[in-house]
Amino acid sequence: MFDFLEDYDLLEAFWMTVKLTVFAGIGSLVWGTLLAAMRVSPVPVMRWFGTAYVNIVRNIPLTVIIVFSSLGLADVFGITLGAADDVDVMSFRLAVLGLGAYTAAFVCEAVRSGINTVPVGQAEAARALGLSFSQVLGLIVLPQAFRSVIGPLTNVLIALTKNTTVAAAIGVAEAALLMKEMIENEAQLFLIAGIFAFGFVVLTLPTGLILGWLGKRMAVKR
Amino acid sequence: MKARKVTAAAAAVLALSVSATACGSDDKDDKGSGGGKKITIGIKFDQPGVGLKTPDGYTGFDVDVATYVAKELGYKAGDIEWKETPSADRETALQRGDVKFIAASYSINDERKEKVDFAGPYLLAHQDLLVRSDDKITKGTDLNGKKLCSVTGSTSAQNVKKEIAPKAQLREYGTYSECIDGLGSGAVDALTTDDSILAGYAAQEQYKGKYKLAGLKLTNENYGIGIKKGDSALQKKIDAALTKMVKDKSWEAAVKKNFGPANYKNEPAPKIGDIVK
Repeated sequence: MFDFLEDYDLLEAFWMTVKLTVFAGIGSLVWGTLLAAMRVSPVPVMRWFGTAYVNIVRNIPLTVIIVFSSLGLADVFGITLGAADDVDVMSFRLAVLGLGAYTAAFVCEAVRSGINTVPVGQAEAARALGLSFSQVLGLIVLPQAFRSVIGPLTNVLIALTKNTTVAAAIGVAEAALLMKEMIENEAQLFLIAGIFAFGFVVLTLPTGLILGWLGKRMAVKR
Repeated sequence: MKARKVTAAAAAVLALSVSATACGSDDKDDKGSGGGKKITIGIKFDQPGVGLKTPDGYTGFDVDVATYVAKELGYKAGDIEWKETPSADRETALQRGDVKFIAASYSINDERKEKVDFAGPYLLAHQDLLVRSDDKITKGTDLNGKKLCSVTGSTSAQNVKKEIAPKAQLREYGTYSECIDGLGSGAVDALTTDDSILAGYAAQEQYKGKYKLAGLKLTNENYGIGIKKGDSALQKKIDAALTKMVKDKSWEAAVKKNFGPANYKNEPAPKIGDIVK
């Protein structure tokens, strides 16, 4: 029943999924934290930018964002991210960009909710010691905030893992694209879809368990 | 006035009884078609020239073939319910009995034959390229280094990667429509899939004269009509209908009508059961 699997490199496709998840995950974590900092900053224009970014990007369908990165950024504006003559690399980078930009909006909101769990007294005390805004945020507030949002961030990461399948829309050779190929060739819809569903469970279930355990350990008991 | 109404009614009754008997005979192995009044046929909704849903109805070569076959099976054009069957969905739609048969640029191959049966083939298509009218691409290997566009996961895209031009820059999108705009703007150099589908695009009003088929005949695609596994009675009837369609020149007319404007040089009608490897 499974003998046709020999013709396909399942591991390579899932490895691409993992790479997309890791790179987009790191990018969105950095960019999302910056956005959260903007949203709580004392500068009105930064607060405004952060709010506008989150509300716009979070409400655009991911498919639109990913397809726009390829059809719009690359084809119309010629933004190829340093890979103009290798389409596969270019599509991968564009997909990471799109996924990261989208996920950052959710990371931002998770981090912001974490900042809200830190008692105001902490920030006030830090200010009283004469720390600047970035010191207050970087040394006092964010370290506490992150410990309380490991759970929500795990959800964002799991959603990101599954969202990488959208990259197939611009031809990144990850799991969903291989699934399409296999269904096209083998005419075994349920079996193949089942294999890929299982693959994603294998990827996301341990992530949830490990980070869930970590979240419980790290949480600040107040 | 009255007399005319009576004749019309009589004609209608006659037509109904004829179609009813025509279906009644094959109802034994035909569960769930509701007494044979309606027939559900699977086609593509998004391929101009082959199977396209428009505000005014359905057009394309597959639609014409399916209508002819349905007529031979005893269904009038008005009795047909068209159902969209995307590539990934075709086998399950037949197995579940959602559709009676499928005419949707459905290439016959061994893996599919394990799941469903095929009548026909009714058209021999080839994988080909759609290029800008002033482009010169004469063989598959010319594509190495060029930017090529196809649909994600399609057989055509896989052929390019594995056999025709492994060094081509292949971009894969969800639909051919996303590719064809890139062809106009220069973001891609060629669009690849079956020549029948490409001819349909090239023949569309807004692309006329801008694009041409390269005519490379990279692969052989034998389009068959997919039916439920083991329904040999239906298979025989469809084969007979297809033979008749070629014989009375309706086949030729349908090809000319749907692919003609793109200078598509079609293959002669394939013989039933004759699969070109």
